[in-house]
Amino acid sequence: MILSLNIVLLVFLVVAAVISLGVKDLLSGSMVLGIYGFLICLLWAEMGAVDVAFTEAAVGAGVSTVLFVATILNTKRRSTD
Amino acid sequence: MAEFLWKTIGHHFNFWVYIVLLMLGLWATIAKNNLVKKLMGLSIFQSAIILLYVSIGTKEGATIPILDHHGHIPSESHHADVGPEIAAHGVANPLPHVLMLTAIVVGVATLGVALSLVQAIYRDFGTVEEDELLREIKSLHPDG
Repeated sequence: MILSLNIVLLVFLVVAAVISLGVKDLLSGSMVLGIYGFLICLLWAEMGAVDVAFTEAAVGAGVSTVLFVATILNTKRRSTD
Repeated sequence: MAEFLWKTIGHHFNFWVYIVLLMLGLWATIAKNNLVKKLMGLSIFQSAIILLYVSIGTKEGATIPILDHHGHIPSESHHADVGPEIAAHGVANPLPHVLMLTAIVVGVATLGVALSLVQAIYRDFGTVEEDELLREIKSLHPDG
């Protein structure tokens, strides 16, 4: 565990979460959520949880972004809030 | 003052960020109007809980919980030549990692089910906004 990298990654994590929840365009929101997943994957690798990092990179940043984009293509792209 | 803040926040920063992310996800799940936004909040909520559990297992200066071919921890530190049974202070605790591995997979499965339900709702009602959905349902059943 590297404390300075840890703190930088956690700050970026909160920023990515706030942006993905705040933006009104759902496609940009899901893209920022993919960035969030990649950041949290870097965080797991930095904290020594490499198996969780592998799974998060494949599932959190990959599959869930694909699921969100597929849903947005089948429904509306704009959100009211 | 700065030293006090560093001691209380800096060394427990994972847990502070865990609380912030948990509250962000809970707020989005309850208060957002769009169903896809609610699911984004649910996803953040879930990863915050995983952050708590992985943070419990980590130690400062610890390496990854993997042994090399000779049964040693592959690092350049001073405990590289001792056996794995007395070097536990130098590796992260892998038990929370394994528990959270299942949680991630279960989380993505529930996310897939929830998003397919959102698509079914859109096919039936033509909207994914919660207030419009409630109005639509109320017009379908006007007597309550």
